[in-house]
Amino acid sequence: MQASMKIPHLIAGTLALVALAGCGDGGGPSVKIGLNTELTGEMPAVGASSKNAAELFASQLNAAGGIPIGDKKLPLKLVIGDNGAKADQAAAITQRLISQDNVLAMIGPDASACAIPASEIAESLKCPMISPWSTNPKTTLDTTTGKPKSYVFRACFTDTFQAGVLAKFVLNNLHAKTAAVLYDVASEAPNGQATLFKETFEKNGGKIVGFETYTTGDRDFSAQLTKIKATNPEVIFLPAYYNDVPLIAQQARRLGITAPFVGSDAWSSPEIIKLGGADIDGSYFCNHYSTQIATPVAQKFMNDYQAKYGQAPDDVAALTYDAFGLLVEAVKAGGKLDRAAIRDALAKIAKYDGVTGTMQFVPPSGDPIKSAVVLQIKDGKFVWVANAQP
Amino acid sequence: MLFYFAQQSINALQLGSIYALIALGYSMVYGVLTMINFAHGDLFMLGAFACMLVALLVPVHLPFVIVLLLVMAVIGLLGALIERLAYRPLRSAPRVSAIITALGCGLVIENLTLVQFPYAQRMPTLFTSTSYQFLGLTISSLQILIIGISLALMIGLDFLIHKTRYGIAMRAISFDARTVPLMGVPADMIISLTFLVGAGLGGAAGMLYGLAYPVIAPSMGVLVGWKAFIAAVIGGIGSVRGAVLGGFILGTVEVMVVAFLPSTYRDLISYSLLLVILIFKPYGLLGRAPNQKV
Repeated sequence: MQASMKIPHLIAGTLALVALAGCGDGGGPSVKIGLNTELTGEMPAVGASSKNAAELFASQLNAAGGIPIGDKKLPLKLVIGDNGAKADQAAAITQRLISQDNVLAMIGPDASACAIPASEIAESLKCPMISPWSTNPKTTLDTTTGKPKSYVFRACFTDTFQAGVLAKFVLNNLHAKTAAVLYDVASEAPNGQATLFKETFEKNGGKIVGFETYTTGDRDFSAQLTKIKATNPEVIFLPAYYNDVPLIAQQARRLGITAPFVGSDAWSSPEIIKLGGADIDGSYFCNHYSTQIATPVAQKFMNDYQAKYGQAPDDVAALTYDAFGLLVEAVKAGGKLDRAAIRDALAKIAKYDGVTGTMQFVPPSGDPIKSAVVLQIKDGKFVWVANAQP
Repeated sequence: MLFYFAQQSINALQLGSIYALIALGYSMVYGVLTMINFAHGDLFMLGAFACMLVALLVPVHLPFVIVLLLVMAVIGLLGALIERLAYRPLRSAPRVSAIITALGCGLVIENLTLVQFPYAQRMPTLFTSTSYQFLGLTISSLQILIIGISLALMIGLDFLIHKTRYGIAMRAISFDARTVPLMGVPADMIISLTFLVGAGLGGAAGMLYGLAYPVIAPSMGVLVGWKAFIAAVIGGIGSVRGAVLGGFILGTVEVMVVAFLPSTYRDLISYSLLLVILIFKPYGLLGRAPNQKV
């Protein structure tokens, strides 16, 4: 019994040694970077975009020789893990990528519900992690101490910032004084966005007339919407993922609710237009970048992505590309293949010109300082409406 | 206030009729085999996808009723096929093996669908819904259709079970599965028929659900399936009328808790209430204690 227990450990140990040497598979030495994303489950469009952007980044970087370490260049090798958009699976994949595949750093997960448990593991194993799309404050914040986690970063803005942008947009641009909120109480990002929106909206003189919830997987919102209709709000805030929004919008319109919908960055997949049709036309949402006000860096990325995949990149794709960009920047600055050195270099990045704008990290926070945009869905397109600076 | 209550009652009726249609499948199968067909929620999901495929692939515009019958036939046959291939060989095996097999079948169906449709799909419009306003109430023609078809199917099933030879045979097997085959009742055929009808109703529910909530995904059967199963238990699993009652009770409780209390408490309050029902009626509202065979 004792002897047979030891064998798996021995195998695992040998595998780790082989991986450390950097020549486990595929010939010469390489830099292994993990991608932990939502390929299956509730939001496969998010995972697909993340994977596409990661592969585009890797192929471009490797075509240019790879990541410069000192005076030589090493190719980047992607190790992709599917977290199924589930918290437990995200944690397991993180464990596997870091301890078994022995990646140098991990990009992802994208959804906050996955990124929060993954961040706990990355932090405890001291492996740098950059979430491209998780906006929930808890991803980079250690909730027990209230201090920032030291190995966890993100490439996007936070919900605190986003909620402020949206609350002010509703009050100042839409001139609405009352709003209702309907959100998924069981999902981390929407839950946080709803609460933060309520706080800022009320602090700035608005009134929340309805604050209703549902749970993940629900498709009938008629009871909540009938209740909201009775309070007659000027705007309805829906911090929901792109697959819930079309159903809510359709049921609201069918009940005769005409108030415009306002949403968070979780809306930004083009899938929302395909699924939502006319019911979501005219709605507004907060996003990470707009293709209409693209910088040259963004323009190049959009063209390359379009050429490779035949579709325009959504914000998850752009943010994943930026997360890899930040990471490679840190590897260059750190000068060696060492997790702690990369972490130190990442925390000090003073200016990075990414697809989604200019980013800056100020220690000890893992949240970049960057701007947001507000878009409107108009005739089946995302149309730029406003910019918001931090 | 009265209008508000009436409006919420319409919502409850729509949700309840769909829960009831799915709950019937669980209850019928339990009635004849005393097994829980956990693949039923996934057959429900397939009903929605089958309807989408029929609408997209058939070039001519088929009448609504024809699409409904087609979907029911396809899903019903699939249900009977699953019984023949996966459950029948295990009929004398321990109950738990059959239940695990059912869970496995459900996962296979769900994941096969996921391979074909990794993204959520928009259900095509089979039926242009118009909203009617009267007395301050809003009701859509689609809601009327869903409630109407569900009620028609339930009445049809009640007729089948209580007024036809097949129905009598089903009830006889449910009463005593050992003796009845000795009386010359073709038990295998009746069990296949039960699966055919139960799965067909599940398929119809999936189609109606897809029309009501037109974003469909392979995972949609899981949560709704569980809720319908709970509805079947509340009504008294094995009892067909109980399943209908349970479905409407669950739909009403869910909607009314949201209507008059903070919506965050919906699941907490509705399921606590259902637990209370089970404490006082452990076999469900219309269920009966199993025959004690000596």
